[in-house]
Amino acid sequence: MSALFVLIGISLLVAFIFLLLFLWAVRSDQYEDNFTPAIRILFDNEKTSEKESNQ
Amino acid sequence: MFQTSGQVYHSTKCYHCGESCPSSLITLDEKLFCCEGCKTVYELLKDAQLCSYYQFQASPGRSLLDKKSLTDYTYLDQDEINQKFIRFTNGEQTHVNFFIPKIHCSSCVWLLENLHKLHNGIYVSSVNFLRKEVTIVFNPRLVKVSKIAELLETIGYEPLINSSSIEEKHRTRLDKKSILRIGTAGFCFANIMMLSFPEYLSLGNFLDNLELKPFFGYLNLVLSLPVLFYSASPFFVSAWKNIRQRFLHIDVPIAFAIVVTFIRSVYEIVDHNGIGYLDSMSGIVFFMLIGRYFQHITYDALLFDRDYKSYMPIAVTLIKTDSTTASIQSSKLKKGDRILIKNNEIIPTDARLLSEHTHIDYSFVTGESSPVTKKKNDLIYAGGRQLDGAIELEVVFSTSQSYLTQLWNKDEDSIRDHQMKEAFVHKVNRYFTTFVFSIAILSSLFWLFFDRSKSLDALTAVLIVACPCGLLLTSSFTYGNMLRILGRNKFYLKNSAIIEKLSNVNAIVFDKTGTITHGMNCEFSGAKLGADELKMALSLANQSSHPLSRKIVKQFYKNDLFPVTNFEEIQANGIRGNCNGKCIMLGSAYFVLGKEIRNSKMSTKVFYMMDGKVMGYFNFVNTYREGLERVLRKLSKNNFISLLSGDNDSEKEKLIPLFHSPSQLLFNQKPEDKLHFIEELQKKGKKVVMIGDGLNDLAALKKSDVGISVSDHTNSFTPASDVIMDGESFHKLPLFLDFVKYGNKVISFIFFVSTIYNVIGLVYAVQAKLSPMIAAILMPLSTVTIILLSSGFIFLLAQRKKL
Repeated sequence: MSALFVLIGISLLVAFIFLLLFLWAVRSDQYEDNFTPAIRILFDNEKTSEKESNQ
Repeated sequence: MFQTSGQVYHSTKCYHCGESCPSSLITLDEKLFCCEGCKTVYELLKDAQLCSYYQFQASPGRSLLDKKSLTDYTYLDQDEINQKFIRFTNGEQTHVNFFIPKIHCSSCVWLLENLHKLHNGIYVSSVNFLRKEVTIVFNPRLVKVSKIAELLETIGYEPLINSSSIEEKHRTRLDKKSILRIGTAGFCFANIMMLSFPEYLSLGNFLDNLELKPFFGYLNLVLSLPVLFYSASPFFVSAWKNIRQRFLHIDVPIAFAIVVTFIRSVYEIVDHNGIGYLDSMSGIVFFMLIGRYFQHITYDALLFDRDYKSYMPIAVTLIKTDSTTASIQSSKLKKGDRILIKNNEIIPTDARLLSEHTHIDYSFVTGESSPVTKKKNDLIYAGGRQLDGAIELEVVFSTSQSYLTQLWNKDEDSIRDHQMKEAFVHKVNRYFTTFVFSIAILSSLFWLFFDRSKSLDALTAVLIVACPCGLLLTSSFTYGNMLRILGRNKFYLKNSAIIEKLSNVNAIVFDKTGTITHGMNCEFSGAKLGADELKMALSLANQSSHPLSRKIVKQFYKNDLFPVTNFEEIQANGIRGNCNGKCIMLGSAYFVLGKEIRNSKMSTKVFYMMDGKVMGYFNFVNTYREGLERVLRKLSKNNFISLLSGDNDSEKEKLIPLFHSPSQLLFNQKPEDKLHFIEELQKKGKKVVMIGDGLNDLAALKKSDVGISVSDHTNSFTPASDVIMDGESFHKLPLFLDFVKYGNKVISFIFFVSTIYNVIGLVYAVQAKLSPMIAAILMPLSTVTIILLSSGFIFLLAQRKKL
């Protein structure tokens, strides 16, 4: 049962890493705007058409 | 624009902005436009291959019909002003931020994010839709900030720049700290609960054998530290502040309960007795933080704190001694400077008129609905909007000394004190806390006599269970839900404390112009006009861009117009032309008749003369908002209603039946008069709501218990207030006031229900039999009950009120 110590320890560590990632994501302003990206996905990527017209 | 061959013109929608095109045939590529402005934008977009703009939304543009000249943005290049907009620069790249109120659809976002196609110097741009801001990254060597602003204006998305943009007022930013605290508390709560499971399932003995119990216990302790020191810190800070002010804020017993729980748990863990109550502690912190966050609602594009500085223009055209013009900051104007004010611009300082005559619109500043005529050498007060084309003025007072500024600065004395002390939540809390403490002391005293060991156990257990967290959660979620429902109905409250203030209100004061009126309607009085005669008047009016002419056309236009020749516009007087062989004139009484008419009504009239014969006049009257009569009737049942208007009393007769008593209507009120009226009402013990919309209501809005500002365009100026209401929702005002009155009742009821859990817990606690499992079950159960009940009740209430 000493495996339990190790298991719990590691799982907490992994969870803790996720917490750190969450903290980093919030602090780096990723949630600053959670509305506009939804509009943006509907835009066409026109770079390919430009490349084609250039060729 | 007009062809003189008697053709008939069809009205269809402008391809760019969707407005109807009554007049000329402005077309390109077989698409119709309402004005040259719209067509120009289309051409621009087409040349840059940006026509996808029109694909995301039909007619995405906003009308450029009233736009006359391009704004001069050169003042933006001055360093001191520059700093406020530039977020970052390193010589190669500059990031600039602009607020563009016209952003309203996905096409806008698309176009603004494709700015790089319009100018080489722009690298990339990105839009924040809710805040209506665009951030543009560009090469400062290739393009200047002013050029970018001009570019934005040419495509119809001019940035809004006023004095408050310069003063570093930060728009709402994401409340990061709260989210970080919630995240941490959630993480710790979940893991502590997981580690406490064996204890719940009474596998304690099993654990003992394997020495896992202390391991879990210490892990729990470590996990609870971030909750105690980081997530729960706002409660401790607030409790400490309130204790120093000797006020029993609800955070005080909560902070106390958290500390007691922690200490008791530490004792149990270190003594190897158990694993403590850390799961309940972190859980309750987690839920209360969520409640607090939920209660704070921010409307990204609304500002509740605008004062007169947001209204005034930041820059004005100065006429230098060598007669050239330059753009300078309004705040730098000195006495004696000559300035040029163009059509539709706002006058930034008190100045003397150098031009012959003009009309100024003061409706925003003083509430007068009719434009004021000013002649040469008249003193013109700052804040008015110029109506008749361009005029020259000589500055008399600098901006800081103008009449308006003096008026608003006087306000500082009448700052309302934000007495939250009498809030309902704190009152209930006081009763609750006294009750809980007495039970705690009583039960520990009881055990002191019978079984010493249980005394401390009972004391701490009672304090843990009987935390007023339920009360805090109830009020947070109930208020949060109410704010959202009201916001959905376009009644935007600044914060949740206002809900309670609104529920206590018993006097309502209305402003007139812009608040209960909304635009002006045009009626024709005089000889009965035949269809053709009316059409001729409209054809002539359509030639002019004067706001009154445009209103006439908009009001009466049905289909096609006649061509007009020899059109002539005489500034501030009227217009004339030939149509269908007759000589037509539209204008003031003086222009048409050659003499002034003694006018007791003082409303705006545009006379119509055909071939020397006066047909009558177009009378402009205020249109009152829909449902005004019903609103006033319903409100007057329980409240003292009155009207304070900065305008003259020409519409008194129309208004009296609506308000039920002549004494409650006052006209020609200056801003100071409005302020005093509210003060008088408050002295009589009334709780006053002021409803206004312009600068002249600013002082009154601050002084009243709750200030509501009405607006028809949420991106336009609204004076500082507690609530911003969209004009569309005006007729729902009685519903809103009814709705908020239920707030306290709902909170009391739900809190009562949640205390059932507390009582159950108390039964165990008093017997010193409170196990971690019981505490851990009760806490989430009561939280979930509260959240469900609160959302359910408010939702049902909203349905019943049809909100």
